[in-house]
Amino acid sequence: MLSLPRKMLDQVLAHARRDHPDECCGVIAGRDGVATRVFEMDNAERSPTGFTFDSGQWLQVYRALDEADEEPLVVYHSHTATEAYPSRTDVLWSKNTEFGHWLLVSTRDETDEVRSYVITDGDVVEERLSVT
Amino acid sequence: MSIEVRIPTILRTYTGGEKAVEAKGDTLQGLIDDLDSRHSGIRGRLITDEGKLHRFVNVYVNDEDVRFLGSLETPIKDGDSVTVLPAVAGG
Repeated sequence: MLSLPRKMLDQVLAHARRDHPDECCGVIAGRDGVATRVFEMDNAERSPTGFTFDSGQWLQVYRALDEADEEPLVVYHSHTATEAYPSRTDVLWSKNTEFGHWLLVSTRDETDEVRSYVITDGDVVEERLSVT
Repeated sequence: MSIEVRIPTILRTYTGGEKAVEAKGDTLQGLIDDLDSRHSGIRGRLITDEGKLHRFVNVYVNDEDVRFLGSLETPIKDGDSVTVLPAVAGG
């Protein structure tokens, strides 16, 4: 289960709407599994079909987490024309990341769709998203 | 000359859990070869079979992404710092 304060989720949804029709991406940091803060990342691809963290910005964020004893808890991104379900590309890249949770937002229509997943060795398992 | 190389969590299985290790080399390629001689297998996570920098990692020399410098030919000099991070992407 992923538990997020309403304010953080609202920030993610607002980011996704703002960057639409391009995909947005970002990090929710955590400590001992509890979400602490949101980092909105620049999508270096500026694309409606993919995202890549801006490498310079990612270095700064990773370092900030390390110094604060926080962890990269959640990677979030949006799908702008399809459902909030991990794509094959997401599954491929998940094997390489340190994030425990993949949060996906779909902005394909006016209703926000947001879902959370744990992806282990290519296996996608949806988990409950609890908004506090 | 010894260069400090910062290793992300996901690759610390190769460094016995160490966050930072020392390596030597005049170029990034040389540095990674030296790193692999001390931490066997790590090269395969950084460089592809074709000999290119892996797209799944970002390598920075003094906080500059080496993709914008000289990739594996990036010169390394005394006092430089090298950081490896997992690249983050998806579709």
